[in-house]
Amino acid sequence: MSPTTPAAGEKRQINVPVMADLAARNESPEILFWVGCAGAFDDRYKRVTRAFVRILEHVGTKYAVLGLEESCTGDPAKRAGNEFLFQMQAMTNITTLNGYGIKKIVTACPHCFNTIKNEYPALGGDYEVIHHSTYLQQLINEGKVGVTGGESFKGRRITFHDSCYLGRANNIYEAPRDVLAALDADLVEMKRSRANGLCCGAGGAQMWKEPEPGKKDINIERTEEALATLSGAAEALANLGGVETETSAPGPHDLQGSIIAVSCPFCMTMMSDGVKNKEQESRVQVFDLAELVASAEGINA
Amino acid sequence: MLQSILFLLLLVAAFGFFAWQVRKIRANILVGRDRDMSGHAAERFQKTLLVAFGQQKMFKRLTPALLHLVVYVGFLVINIEVLEIVVDGLFGTHRFLSFLGPVYSLLMGTNEVLGALVIIAVAAFWWRRNRKPPVKRFTGVELRAWPRLDANIILYVEVILMVALFTMNTSDLKLHQLRGETLPGAFPISSLLTGLFPANAGALHLLERFGWWAHITGILLFLNYLPSSKHFHIIMAFPNVWYSRLVPQGQFSNVESITNEVKAMMDPSFVVPPAPTAPDGSALAPTPFGAKDVEDLPWTNLLNAYSCTECGRCTSVCPANLTGKLLSPRKIIMDTRDRMEEKYNSPVIFRPNVYGAEAKHEPITDLANATLLRGKVTPEELWACTTCNACVESCPVNINPLESIIEMRRFLVLEESAAPNSLNVMFSNIENNGAPWAFSPSDRFNWANDLFAAEKPAAATVA
Repeated sequence: MSPTTPAAGEKRQINVPVMADLAARNESPEILFWVGCAGAFDDRYKRVTRAFVRILEHVGTKYAVLGLEESCTGDPAKRAGNEFLFQMQAMTNITTLNGYGIKKIVTACPHCFNTIKNEYPALGGDYEVIHHSTYLQQLINEGKVGVTGGESFKGRRITFHDSCYLGRANNIYEAPRDVLAALDADLVEMKRSRANGLCCGAGGAQMWKEPEPGKKDINIERTEEALATLSGAAEALANLGGVETETSAPGPHDLQGSIIAVSCPFCMTMMSDGVKNKEQESRVQVFDLAELVASAEGINA
Repeated sequence: MLQSILFLLLLVAAFGFFAWQVRKIRANILVGRDRDMSGHAAERFQKTLLVAFGQQKMFKRLTPALLHLVVYVGFLVINIEVLEIVVDGLFGTHRFLSFLGPVYSLLMGTNEVLGALVIIAVAAFWWRRNRKPPVKRFTGVELRAWPRLDANIILYVEVILMVALFTMNTSDLKLHQLRGETLPGAFPISSLLTGLFPANAGALHLLERFGWWAHITGILLFLNYLPSSKHFHIIMAFPNVWYSRLVPQGQFSNVESITNEVKAMMDPSFVVPPAPTAPDGSALAPTPFGAKDVEDLPWTNLLNAYSCTECGRCTSVCPANLTGKLLSPRKIIMDTRDRMEEKYNSPVIFRPNVYGAEAKHEPITDLANATLLRGKVTPEELWACTTCNACVESCPVNINPLESIIEMRRFLVLEESAAPNSLNVMFSNIENNGAPWAFSPSDRFNWANDLFAAEKPAAATVA
């Protein structure tokens, strides 16, 4: 990587610290940021990874990533029934993590979060695992992030789509909402939210396969619900229930500038595809919590 | 005296027959795989109190929750009167609890009001199921034939029991009025009905006896109907909630035997623990990975199947089912019960679901070998699941359909290598690239290239 460019004085290059280098210097990080495969390879979710790193740098957390030593947690294999492959992945990762004496892990992926937190202990991996929504909530509560100085979200309509692996799987419903509340935006809830949230359709390894035959794709159903909620079109909401609807009926609110907030890479893909399918991508954007916080804080460059 | 002897015989026969049926069901549940569910008594007790006794999860939907609450409380309170009936029947007494005085009046009065409310609630339940179109969750391939009839039989029986109770009370009340005596207790509903009854002491006495016998015989028959019916949930819901999983819903079970294999692969010095043996020391038949049939499922999942009242809340929130896929979590639970009873002990009335083209089933010729997987549950159903836990969350008695789905997926993948092709591609990507997509592992850290941040003092340092 090129050295830091001091030219503008307001833009700084980040050299992301790698665990192997820290270990060589006999240092240990406060948190290990588990990037996840989507965070490392998916072009859209890389932006979330980068936004989260900017936040970590901004608040001065001593963090590190595994870099090339990271490997799939095995979540998709386990959900698809391939327990053998899952355990191979899990034990390889646990060997790496334990080798570095990792204690605390933060990740922006609810699937990695759930797997490492709940399923690694039985295989010898015991860590404090935190999802980035909870971590961001802590930063905001501690005043380390003021969500001011950048883009203003005041008055913009935002609806939060619950990730199954954060919500029902691990009972985290309030942290992402607290983060969004700090933006001073106009938060609107979908009818199916929190414990009753509707899946985006990607979990259980569906992300890597075509849906089974049916009447409608799940992400379309969910996107229609999100769009109808954002526009306040109650009639469109009543029509939901597995039936393909026409482009959402216009509601009292203009969709322009509205946001569907997510906290999971797969939800991000599914909801973004849904918005495109409904031809609303010029008006409605899908953002992860970390992106919204980084924008509001004005630390993007 | 004759009535007392008759009653004693009836009672012994009814409870004996019920105990015999329960033993068979217990045996069915115990064909499942071992799973240690001991410990955590305080937490389990609290869950049972809240979810089973307190109906906590029912109240996610207010209308059916209130209707159900009426029938549930009615069932609990009217059972106190059944106690009185049993004592009266055995010892030839008449309303022996009447010595309680005002408490007895309160009890009888509550009973009567609840009895009337039960009839109203049952009528509402019947309407929800039988109107055209019915409430959506009371439809589906798994809810035709016997399950549909069963649901209605339960409602009819409940009305018959309440009518018998009112017949008994009203005739008793009128009989006492004719004699100029006061019947101990309060009868707010029956006192409204006395006009409908004949003013003849002999007839009233007969009616009172008829009501009494019909009520208690009906209850004892109903008790023995339970094991054949979804109504068994009135008993099984309690142990089922007690044995709930207490770990986060996102945590899937670990397969110990695979852990041993993987450990041995990664560390040659690891000593694989010896395989479990039968009590006589002989080697047990190896168990497959995952579940092909009911005996491959943990016993808790079989207990689940006996606790299901086929309400369909799971199916109505399933994203796959909502969007027209074949998967219905309720069907998997009902299929598990059908298969257990087909392969092991069957109840008195046994009409298992038979699926055809409407459920994308090949016609089944060999019922005995129609295993749970493929014989009843098709791979297409299993592969439609997003593992979102909506079904688990919605179940009022903490049934976990997701666990059975994953066990069957494990069998498909690990024993039959029968995963959809795209998933096999994903598996090999993980094996070769350490990621579910076909990216080069050497590109994993590219996201950190040319990463800039706007320089800004942290909020904490400003403050």
